[in-house]
Order: sequence, then structure tokens, then C-alpha cells
Amino acid sequence: MLEIKNLSVSVQNKTIINNLNLKIEKGKKVAIMGPNGSGKSTLSNVIAGKQGYEINEGQILFDDVNIFDLDPEERAAKGIFLAFQYPVEIPGIANASFLRTALNSVRKYNGEKDLNTREFLDECKDLSKKLKLDTSFLSRDLNTGFSGGEKKKNEIFHMLMMKPKLCILDEIDSGLDIDALKVISNGLFQYSNENNSLLIITHYQRLLDYIKPDEVHIFNEGNIVKSGDYSLVETLEEKGYQEFI
Amino acid sequence: MTTKETAKIVEEVADYKYGFTTDIEQEFAPKGLNVDVVKFISKKKNEPQWLLDWRLNAFDMWKKRGHEMPNWANLKYDNIDFQNIHYFAAPKSDEEKPKSLDDIDPELLRAYNKLGIPLKEQEFLAGIKNSHKVAVDAVFDSVSVATTFKDELSKQGIIFCSFSEAVENHPELVKKYLGSVVPTNDNFFSNLNSAVFSDGSFVYIPPNVKCPMELSTYFRINAANTGQFERTLIIADKGSYVSYLEGCTAPMRDENQLHAAVVELVALEDAEIKYSTVQNWYPGDKNGNGGIYNFVTKRGTCLGDNSKISWTQVETGSAVTWKYPSVILKGNNSKGEFYSVALSNNMQQADTGTKMIHLGKNTSSRIVSKGISASKGQQTYRGLVSVFPNAINAKNFTQCDSLLIGNDCGAHTVPYINVRNELSDVAHEATTSKISEEQLYYCRQRGISEEDATALIVNGFCREVLKNLPMEFAVEAKKLLELSLEGAVG
Repeated sequence: MLEIKNLSVSVQNKTIINNLNLKIEKGKKVAIMGPNGSGKSTLSNVIAGKQGYEINEGQILFDDVNIFDLDPEERAAKGIFLAFQYPVEIPGIANASFLRTALNSVRKYNGEKDLNTREFLDECKDLSKKLKLDTSFLSRDLNTGFSGGEKKKNEIFHMLMMKPKLCILDEIDSGLDIDALKVISNGLFQYSNENNSLLIITHYQRLLDYIKPDEVHIFNEGNIVKSGDYSLVETLEEKGYQEFI
Repeated sequence: MTTKETAKIVEEVADYKYGFTTDIEQEFAPKGLNVDVVKFISKKKNEPQWLLDWRLNAFDMWKKRGHEMPNWANLKYDNIDFQNIHYFAAPKSDEEKPKSLDDIDPELLRAYNKLGIPLKEQEFLAGIKNSHKVAVDAVFDSVSVATTFKDELSKQGIIFCSFSEAVENHPELVKKYLGSVVPTNDNFFSNLNSAVFSDGSFVYIPPNVKCPMELSTYFRINAANTGQFERTLIIADKGSYVSYLEGCTAPMRDENQLHAAVVELVALEDAEIKYSTVQNWYPGDKNGNGGIYNFVTKRGTCLGDNSKISWTQVETGSAVTWKYPSVILKGNNSKGEFYSVALSNNMQQADTGTKMIHLGKNTSSRIVSKGISASKGQQTYRGLVSVFPNAINAKNFTQCDSLLIGNDCGAHTVPYINVRNELSDVAHEATTSKISEEQLYYCRQRGISEEDATALIVNGFCREVLKNLPMEFAVEAKKLLELSLEGAVG
């Protein structure tokens, strides 16, 4: 689904990602773990298309298409979703209304008709029940005045409504209490199937205990220093990053 | 989407949609301003002597001002040559007054149809989108050409007609209130308007009548080298209610055109007037050529106790906007409101705000101003809250927010607060923000294009104001904001 080849990225002449190779297969859950400043968030932003990064070398193929020629909105329309570490607030726009605009933009790009508003709202309501979110969640302004946990839950809510092919979670588990973490894990279970993929970026073990990724990569100084299966998480928990970097 | 379709859409959105001119025969007053022109206008309108005298007096005062335009606003514009303007232009077919809508020049009707104003009642009633009726008075250059729903309104004693007709049929009302809110010599432009005003709308709502539909005026400047000087007077008698809408457009022309209107509102005891404007005069091109100079004096008096006047404006057009819709809160417990969205894109400049003059006891006012500057646009909020010694327990709340798009625009806030008793409560809040890269990135990651994201964020920014507009108008205003922002990003 996603293939990163010989990728090198820098910001203001400082190399952040250094000759990275990574493949994420369809239906797989892949975790990237690493200490702060190892280039994890940069990787998620480069995949999503944020401006301000210099791509020095390499390519990223999504469904065999090089995505460096695509705008962020085009990447989103093709099925790449990024759950943000710090979701932004937009006052005056209701959460549901924002989501409908987003979905319709994606549908338009893919040559589909606008959503039926009633069906959309029904789906929103069903989903918010499943995620144990109050329905006021839909009418409140996008992320405005949301608590940290609510913002993260909202990212998962958006993800489930948008049904992307690839979902990147950028430290979705930071600053969450155990209840919120469960809600988010449940959301991820609901999302995950053989047709889509998850890229989980984190430096904690907690979320991975629930999700049980298929592959785990340890990231340092812009590249993978160790790869393995879920058991690597446990080793890491025992020995810390020092063992690998 | 095919290339052709894309090209068409780009063409539609990138251009000022109302920029067409209408090819109809027009009658003009000779260029320039002098006693004869004032007399000419008055004669064209068959006015009584008292009104001619009123005009001549105004002209006399204006002449004494020596063409000194006000220069205190944060605006830069070319000097206006007042002798190079036609002060009166009328569609020729109006010479013999149309007896019904069927008698109106079809070209004119087509022009209004193009603007989306349903002049013909039957068309209007058949309209799917409009769940309720709006009575329309249409002003083309200097004259009012048609007023719809007049019969239905008159059954309830409501008078809604052109200003000229009001002078003819209801002189006692006009005489009593004309100039009572905005004195002739209030300012340079009100003074000019008083001498040469051509037409406009007149509304009278009798005691205890709630006007059953929105009353609306559409203003259109068509002729070249012509100023538009309309005069609107709305009187809400005791216990009555009216909601009034005003829309404006003009063709694209290379030269600047002057619009200097005066609007006066009078609310008697327990009456309420809600006045909404969507101003979309031609803003000029990207380099600042052409566009309307919009110098407007709008003011209402809450004359009676418990009365209320509410201004809502969406200002997206004009090269220069100079406008301060105000409320004089004379009656005890009276309320004044001002909700404003003003957008300056490209070379547009707006200096706009309000004055809330608290005279009566327990009077309250609320000001919500949202200024948006994009490209090289300059935006100034200028507001006065004045609480007089007798206005005890007066309350004011002011919220003044500016949004910047890009690095070359400007936002300025100039609040004047003058409180002269100790039992009043005045609060002013102001913010300035910029659409952040992070916000745009977030929207784009969700599949929304940069341009749509900007419109979305701007609409969110304006929501508190837009929600005060009647439904159909709110939809129009939202679209207008989006259109006016074209090219502001990227």
C-alpha cells in the first residue's frame, strides 16, 4: 500500500530523515517507536504533504503512485489520513459541518455525488454512540475548547467517518487517561481490516498493548535501527531505547 | 471535469458577477452641481416648494464647506471632482411612470433578473427557495422603478414605496421625520445628499403592526459618471416591528463612482427595526482601478422607551467604504445593536464601525465587528460608545475581531469610549488573528482545498454576525464572502 524508498528529508539544511526504506502492506498494522526528536513526526507530515520540508532524495509510493506530485488534499482524497498530535481549533464551524465538507470534498475529487445529509447525520450519531461521545460533540465548534482527550477522540471519529486506506496516528496516545485510551483502541479495532493499514507512531507501549501491531520498527536519527514483531515492544519496555541507539 | 468546464467556472468566480451594464435609454441631469441642478432634480420629481427649499438650504450649507471632504478616516483616495458627476440619471422609459410592473422596460426587468431580484410577484411566489415573501423596492440609478407587494402591505396600513411617492402621498410624515435623525449638515456627505438625493425607499409601519414580510431595496448604479444619492426613511410607530434588507451592485467601470446615501430610522415606543445590508458595489480591479466610493450615513433613533434598532451589515464591495451605522438611544430601556462583517481584498479599503449614543436610562448596546483583510486590503474599525450623564445603568458590550489573510494587508482598531456617569458598564474586547498554516494544513489533510479551507475559516469567523441575517440573505452573504476572497490565497 505504502512504500518509502531511499527517503532523505531535511529542514533548513538539517537532515531529519536519512535514507529511509519502509513498506506497509495492505491489512497490516505497523508501529514506529522512538525517542523524541528521532524524526517520527516529520515522517508522518512528509507522507501527508505538509509544506516546509526539503525532500532531498527518494520517493513515497501510495498504491504505486508517487505522491510527491500531489497536494495534501489530493493525498487525503486518495485515502491517506493523518490523526494529528495537536489537532487545530477552528471557531465558528461545527464539527459535523466540517466533517461533511471534508467528506464531500473527497467525494468530489473521486467523482462521487455529495453525501445525503440525513444519512450522514445518522452515521455520525451511530458512531458517536459507539465511541461513547456525547452528541453535542457534533454541534460544537471544531476542536474549539475540546479537552486534550476529546481532541484525540475526535481524530478517531473523523478517521472512522472518512474510512481512509491508510491511517497514520501521530502520538494519538500522548496525554490520554486509561478510559480515553480504551475508546481510541476500540475505534481502531473498528477501523482495522484486511483492506486498510495503520501506521502508529508513538513512544509508549500502552496503546500497542491493545492494538498488537504486526510489525514494530525502532526509529532513531531518521532511520530504522531495529525491526521485529510485537515482542520487540516488550523488549523495549524492559531495556529502554538505550539498548538500540 | 473537462477543461472547458473548469475554465467556465474560473471565469464565473474570478469576475465580479454583477459587472454587466444594461443598455437602456437614460436621461441625465447636466454634469456638475449648482442651484439649477438642484432645481432640475426637484422639478423632475414634481416636488412641493418646501422640499425644494429644504434642498436649496442644504446646497447652500454644502457650498460653504468649500469641498472639504472629511480626512480623518484611515482611507486614501483621489479627490472627487464634484463638478464632473451627473447628479441625476433615470431610465428614459420611466418618463411616463409605469402603471404596473408590466409597463416597465423589459431591459430593466432583465437587468434585475440578472441580479437575481424577482421583481415580478408571480415569479417570486413560484420561487422554490423562498419560503416567505420579500417585498422589493428597486432603485436603478436615481429612481425607484418598482415596488412589489404594495397592495398586500397597504391592507395593514403599511406604507412601502419610493421616496418620491412618499413625498407626494404622505408629505406630513416625510416633513416630520426627514432630517430628524441625520441633520442636513451632519457631515459633508449627508449635506451633499440632502441637496441632491434622488430617490430611495420609504417605510411606515403603523402602531402595533408586525410587518408580515421582509421589506427589501435593491440599489443598482448603471450609468457612467453618475453618483447615486438615495435617501431612505423608515418609521416604526409604537409597538410595531419591521425587518428591512438592502442590497447593492454596480457595473464594472474604470473610473470611480460616488455613492453617498443617507438612511434614517425612527423607532417609537416598543417598536423594533432590524436593518440588514449586503453591500457588494463594484470593488475595482486588482490594481485598484475603478470601484465605488461608498460614503454613507446611516443612523437610527430609538425615540421611544423600550424600542430597539439593530444594524447588520456585510460589506464586501466598494473600493472605499466609509460607513458608521449608528443608534441614538434616547428612550429609556432602548437597545441598539451593530453586527458587521467587512472584507477588504486586493486594494480595497474600509473604515467602518458604529456609534452608540446612550442618552436614556437602562439603555444597552451590543457591537460585534468582524473585519477581514486579504491581499493588500486595509480595514479599520472605528467605533464610538458614548454614555451621557443621565444614561444611568447603561450597558455596552463591544467585540471587535480582525482576521488577516496574507502578509501585505492591514487591520486597525480605533475605539472611542466616553462614559460620563459611574453607574454604567462598558466592555470592549478585541482580537487580531491570522489564518494559520496549521489550520490550512489540517483542513487540507481532511481533503479540503486551500481556497475552500480559507472560505470555511472566514465563514466560521463571521458566524456570529451572519446568523443575524434573514435566511436567504445569509446564504447570499456566505457565497459573496467566498467570491470576494477569490485569489486571496495561494
